[in-house]
Amino acid sequence: MCLAIPAEVVSIDEANDNAVVSLGGIKKQISLALVDGAVVGDYLLIHVGYALNRISPDEAQKTLELFAEAGMLELPPK
Amino acid sequence: MKYIDEFRDQQTARRIAAAIKQAAQAERHYRLMEFCGGHTHAIFRYGIQDLMPANVEFVHGPGCPVCVLPAARIDEAMQLAEQHDVILCIYGDMMRVPAGSRRSLMQAKADGADIRMIYSTQDALQIARDNLDRQVVFFAIGFETTTPATAVAIKQAAAAGLENFSVFCNHVLTPAALGAILNAPEPVTIDAFLGPSHVSTIIGSRPYERLAKEYGKPIVVAGFEPLDVMQSALMAIRLVNDGSHEVKNEYSRAVTRDGNSKAQTFMTEIFELRDSFEWRGLGVIADSALQIRSEFSTFDAEKRFVIETHAISDVKGCACPEILRGQKKPVECKLFGTVCTPANPMGSCMVSSEGACAAYWSYGRHRVCQDVNKPHEP
Amino acid sequence: MSLDLRNGVINMGHGSGGRATSELIETLFLKHFDNELLRQGNDQACFNVAAGRMVMSTDSHVISPLFFPGGDIGSLAVHGTINDVAMSGARPLYLSAGFILEEGFPLADLERIVISMAGAAKQAGVKIICGDTKVVDKGKGDGVFINTTGVGVVSAGVNISGDQARPGDVILLSGTIGDHGIAVLSKRENLDFETRIESDSAALHDLVTVMIKAVPQIHCLRDPTRGGLATTLNELAKQSAVGMQLREVDIPMRTEVAAACELLGLDPLYIANEGKLIAICAAADAKLLLSVMRKHPLGRDAVIIGEVLPDKRQLVQMQTVFGGQRLVDWLMADQLPRIC
Repeated sequence: MCLAIPAEVVSIDEANDNAVVSLGGIKKQISLALVDGAVVGDYLLIHVGYALNRISPDEAQKTLELFAEAGMLELPPK
Repeated sequence: MKYIDEFRDQQTARRIAAAIKQAAQAERHYRLMEFCGGHTHAIFRYGIQDLMPANVEFVHGPGCPVCVLPAARIDEAMQLAEQHDVILCIYGDMMRVPAGSRRSLMQAKADGADIRMIYSTQDALQIARDNLDRQVVFFAIGFETTTPATAVAIKQAAAAGLENFSVFCNHVLTPAALGAILNAPEPVTIDAFLGPSHVSTIIGSRPYERLAKEYGKPIVVAGFEPLDVMQSALMAIRLVNDGSHEVKNEYSRAVTRDGNSKAQTFMTEIFELRDSFEWRGLGVIADSALQIRSEFSTFDAEKRFVIETHAISDVKGCACPEILRGQKKPVECKLFGTVCTPANPMGSCMVSSEGACAAYWSYGRHRVCQDVNKPHEP
Repeated sequence: MSLDLRNGVINMGHGSGGRATSELIETLFLKHFDNELLRQGNDQACFNVAAGRMVMSTDSHVISPLFFPGGDIGSLAVHGTINDVAMSGARPLYLSAGFILEEGFPLADLERIVISMAGAAKQAGVKIICGDTKVVDKGKGDGVFINTTGVGVVSAGVNISGDQARPGDVILLSGTIGDHGIAVLSKRENLDFETRIESDSAALHDLVTVMIKAVPQIHCLRDPTRGGLATTLNELAKQSAVGMQLREVDIPMRTEVAAACELLGLDPLYIANEGKLIAICAAADAKLLLSVMRKHPLGRDAVIIGEVLPDKRQLVQMQTVFGGQRLVDWLMADQLPRIC
């Protein structure tokens, strides 16, 4: 498993299959070759200059709720 | 930073710690293997074990691609740079790993080899475009998180006819490594696994299901942040208590059962299985690594260049094999902290900052520093 | 044979000691560093010293890239040496500046650097009073290397030294960490990312003066430059033969610096700072020292980050943001961005 960081898409260059993402104010150009349909405002997982996947805001919220209610039954299997 | 800060909250950590304490049965001792070096690093860097009860133990796994790469392969990459005069592009992680005669790529670079550190395979392609009169080789390492990036580079090189570009491929596979641990001749007492975060983003949680069932161990796909690790530990303990052999997904915000099919397609298009591959510390494992398919063999550095291969044996007394399998802790290695330190690494577990021994030494030495009367020299 | 400052470059003649050297010195160095001592035109500068102890420090600067957000090799050199002198509690008075120039180095860049140095020195109230120029063959330098040596005077009764930290002392930090290192990294090839972070390079002697005035019995002062906060604290722990306990949650960092570290897999504790200092003082003096620092523009974000403990192992430990405990070790080697 390697270092991958969630960053927000701020602009998309469709012609070159690139995007500029922002993490805490730092902007970096990354490749979208591995994900389809990314739009501005999406959060993508970035690793070695590529987006690996989209972060699901709903699932993130669910996970945080799970943490907050430690003591609840675990998530049902996917 | 969104999706980072909220997953590091201290108050929530205490709550989950309390839940773990409740869930962990007093008469049991839980051994949870975190497969990935990234998790090992997070555990030590945040001091997560301080929040766990005494009967829950993290056992460190082999999921560190730098750690499991045989020294001989680094030597071969060095040959390409030194004897074939290529521009060798490498990730920063590989710079300081000592190979044969304890020389690293950094030293080869100091001696004049054209070795360039890059952040992305896109940088390697650019170097190839900027130096059409030179051969450019990308030293590819990593599990399935990193493999798609190499696949994209090869595909783009092929489409652009970038003939001076090739890849020295050392990509390895996670399920095979997990299987090797579970299948070890000496049984390892591991009660549950915390599965890798970002490998799973690519391959999905499905590949772990067969392993969980076959070996009767629960596997929880764990996120990368410290709260993810704790929550996953809690889930794992509950599964162990229930005697369950299921796969659960804690990292649901980035991992699905099927994974990233686009990335998987890239990988199967460019790569195929090697019959076997030697892993440092784990020995030869069948169907555990990738090579470039014949349709793209022109971009395969092992086909383009004549590379001499020879084995390099591990240092005597080095317990990396046992440590990578979770059978020994770093402190149980005779060389740990005496002969072997990050400044002078003897084996793979100390060479990478993700290695169990390096993490232990750099972040957790205050726990093992038994002699409280002696200053610890850097 | 007049210097073409716009398009000209350094050639071997400029280092030969003859007319070309003389012209370079007059047109660039004397013009911008201008002061009475330099105008005397000797190979050395002679000055009176006030009674007391003198402090001397030297630094060589080989940074690449030469120009980065918030500064350049010139201003860095001036600030760095002023700070080294100031960390003893001394008032910096004079600097020397030695240049090793690579054949082919653009004169326009050299002028830019010299103007920057002159500005930094002037702002700090410190004079550059002697110097040297040499030229090396193309390929044997990195554009320009600069050595600066500084002298200052320290008042009686001030005894600030790295071996003065005692168990029970408080550790203070003057502001955010990692700014300089990240600003420089953002300009390096293959790592380019867009950021508004600027180097924090600054002369700290004025801040030190107000600190000493309020708390003359400060135990230690040091600026966490190369190797970052972690390295400097380990040095002090070793010199004083003590341990330290820090709180990560109290260590200030700009969000962008934290983000860059996340992106590249770097630990901010090991990243260089060029306009920050660490102060260690007795617990009783901490509150006053902190308030005095915060009133100064270069200490506005000052915080208490930890305490000194008795520890024969001389370990620097930290409670993480997560509540667990970790070691803050010496730097093994320069951090490299990692993928794992």
